[in-house]
Amino acid sequence: MSFTRRDFVRGGVAAFSVGFAAPKFLCDLALAQGAASRSLVVLYLSGGNDSLSMVVPYTDPFYMTRRPTIGLTAGQVLPIGKDSAGNSIGLHPRLTGLKGIFDQGRLALIQRTGYENSSRSHFQGTDIWSTANPVNSQGPGWLGRYLDTLPAPVDPLAAWNTTGQTPHTLLANTVGVPAIPSPAQYSFSSPNAGTPEALNERTYAAKISSHVPVNRPHLAFVNSTAQAAFNTLDSVASVASYVPSTGVTYANNGFALALKAVAGALVRGTGTKVFWVQTGGFDTHAGQGTQNGGYAGLMSTLNDGLTAFYTDLNNHGLLSQTLILQFSEFGRRISENGSAGTDHGAASVMMALGGPVRGGLYGTAPNLNPNGNNPTLENGNNDVRYETDFRAVYATVIDNWLGGDSTKILAGNFKNGPNII
Amino acid sequence: MAFRDPLIEHLLRRAGFGATAAELERYQGLGFSGTIDELINFTGVADDVDSKIGTPGYVATTSTGPFSPSTVINDARQRWLFRMTHSRRPLQEKMALFWHNHFATAYSKVSGNTTAIDGVRMMAAKPSEHPGGIAGQLETFRELALGNFRDLLVAVAKDPAMVVWLDGNTNVKQKPQENFAREIMELFTMGVGFYTEPDVYAGARVFTGWNLERVGRTDDPNGYFRFNYVANNHETTAKEFSFPIYPDGSKTIPARAASAGMQDGLDLIDALVRHPETGKRIVRKLYAFFVSEIAVPNEQIVAWLSQIFQQSNYNIGAVVRALLFTREFSEPSNRFSRYSWPAEFVVRAMKEVGFAGFSVNNAISPLVNMGQQLFEPPDVSGWDLGKSWFSTGATLARMNFSAVLTQNQKFNISSSAKGKGPTPEALLSFYLDQLTPADFSRAAYDDLLAYLTAGVTWNGSDAQLATKAPGLVHVIVGSSEYQLV
Repeated sequence: MSFTRRDFVRGGVAAFSVGFAAPKFLCDLALAQGAASRSLVVLYLSGGNDSLSMVVPYTDPFYMTRRPTIGLTAGQVLPIGKDSAGNSIGLHPRLTGLKGIFDQGRLALIQRTGYENSSRSHFQGTDIWSTANPVNSQGPGWLGRYLDTLPAPVDPLAAWNTTGQTPHTLLANTVGVPAIPSPAQYSFSSPNAGTPEALNERTYAAKISSHVPVNRPHLAFVNSTAQAAFNTLDSVASVASYVPSTGVTYANNGFALALKAVAGALVRGTGTKVFWVQTGGFDTHAGQGTQNGGYAGLMSTLNDGLTAFYTDLNNHGLLSQTLILQFSEFGRRISENGSAGTDHGAASVMMALGGPVRGGLYGTAPNLNPNGNNPTLENGNNDVRYETDFRAVYATVIDNWLGGDSTKILAGNFKNGPNII
Repeated sequence: MAFRDPLIEHLLRRAGFGATAAELERYQGLGFSGTIDELINFTGVADDVDSKIGTPGYVATTSTGPFSPSTVINDARQRWLFRMTHSRRPLQEKMALFWHNHFATAYSKVSGNTTAIDGVRMMAAKPSEHPGGIAGQLETFRELALGNFRDLLVAVAKDPAMVVWLDGNTNVKQKPQENFAREIMELFTMGVGFYTEPDVYAGARVFTGWNLERVGRTDDPNGYFRFNYVANNHETTAKEFSFPIYPDGSKTIPARAASAGMQDGLDLIDALVRHPETGKRIVRKLYAFFVSEIAVPNEQIVAWLSQIFQQSNYNIGAVVRALLFTREFSEPSNRFSRYSWPAEFVVRAMKEVGFAGFSVNNAISPLVNMGQQLFEPPDVSGWDLGKSWFSTGATLARMNFSAVLTQNQKFNISSSAKGKGPTPEALLSFYLDQLTPADFSRAAYDDLLAYLTAGVTWNGSDAQLATKAPGLVHVIVGSSEYQLV
């Protein structure tokens, strides 16, 4: 795409905006390719999700005795049936939309996911889940390693991070992942806005960052990011104008707006394979509440955002090519603390939803009995012990959805995972 | 200014936020070691920066009501940016920023668990602005910016914002709260790998009773929170750790009467400060901040600086002073070897491009897009530094802040460019001096020249300069070379 100055001046402002949006035929082309492609949306609940309040074993006799203030009663939860061990399970009362998706068979809940010697540190825990390596959690993330296996040249929008900073999970050796917290603000402005000079600035700013400086890797790194920004500006501009399908409203919060951007990218056919979305506030040391209160607010945000997204994709016929995978860095202590909250614990719940998902309850709930030898718990029966290694879930997603090789990407055989796809 | 000393420019980028031409000239008069002395011994320089807010000759602030940085968070953010821009004690503000990241506390939770006004007071009020005369967290960081690390850790443990942030307020003997105990070991002192999970549980018991009290009713605008040790909430039994608590090597904090139980926490803080890994960890963070985050410090320099930390009785000023005088600091290869933090980038750009008629309020949302909202670190581990600042979205946000600033300064820039552009080379040289970016490669330099002549035949006229000079400043300040300090 190039302009002569004459074209620009003749076309005026219109040429500027048309030129900067992706031409329709490119969108159609991408959409045609995208129809055969599959997207993974990774959803991170940051802070350590108290899964015992989200996916509740509400008939366990010790559930209420260990959570007298924050426990949800049988009358409050949304029952979804029994797991394979016969535990009755209910969803948090705010998860009404997710209950509907569960009933349609498009939501899988994998109870007690985690790993041996679970870290109770937010940062180490996040690193471990990001790298899929409990022993050495440095280096590229598991999806970064997947991106590294894609044939070059990798499309600059092969992955799309909806937050401001690149998450460890998407750190790759050879692929830079753009961070696009707001498609509307993902544009290039100028002190000479509205004049041809603005385009000169963009042209030369892009040129300056196109050189690979010798022996200055830190400068080269910033240059590569700037290049990725310039290479993605036009496609992202086409997503900024996305209007959700009729009847779908995304709430005005960061999480819902991020999902709206993902829906826009899918509808506009950017060809993106991996999206990253996150929502925070799950470090609920205090004031969790029950059907109202701090945790209920988190559940509303989660439910409303995912329900709008699911409906939007369904309306566009894109559900079958979209998989959402949720995780958190750890679960929380079983017994509530003195501030009606919960401290850092171990195993938690993972969630998968979307068109390809075989819905249902996977794995078994913990037995919350604090006394004696209880194999479903650890740390003096204070925390939930894992049953399913989280890497087995990753392996299923890599092998059955992304078409990658999990043995290679996860550096080990974790192919015994739940059959969620 | 005839001569610009690159070493002093480097010193001011690292130990300050860059310099205006006038500031650089004054510091050059003091020389390298004279400048370091003044920066370190900042109590000898008048702390009059706040009195300049709203006066001509300084960057402006913008508020909807009366400017109230002790009760309105946006005003607190503006005041801090103003201080970074104009303080005559730049190292004090730089260290306050360092500690804000080290003891990362977010206004949203502090205010969410109290009220908006309480939250701002706890984060940023000066004692003179606080109904109880209590320093907000930022004022504590300024006060102890280069002070004793043990004093700082004690002050942070009692800091009302921190007590709310890490739930110390609810740490009682019936249900010890682990949040603060975990982070003081993992993030504030030794780091992961040097404590055990049982240490965290014991630490939680140690700090039981380190709570808050409300002075005045909740609806009283002059009411406030202050630290309060509540003996009744303290767990009195002995606490055992995996590392030495006392100089004799004993690992157990003895059982104490509840009335004397606050000593438990002070004993643990002393032990953490004394722990050899704490000094090493702080020294490594300071090295990355002041010297280089590209080159890893060798073990000798870490050991030497840790020794200074220990022997100076944990004096941060002594460590920073020693760091600034190392050969490594002055080493030309270490210049521009750190990725600037967004706040550093924004303030330096204002100082080097110009700020007359610009309001720091216009930097607030760009900073959010760059990933650094002041008083709102993402979590208790602070911001992800280094490369992590440079996602594509954040990189664009930097280019676009450059556009916002140069658009605002368009008139000033084109005025000062007059007579500086007989040739494109001359104009470029003028701005490379003024803006102090890292060196451009030959190819990138040629692109900058080509930009100046793009679409025009160069004649250096005022009309050309009115467009090209702001455009050039925009491109340079938005370039990768400018993002390094």
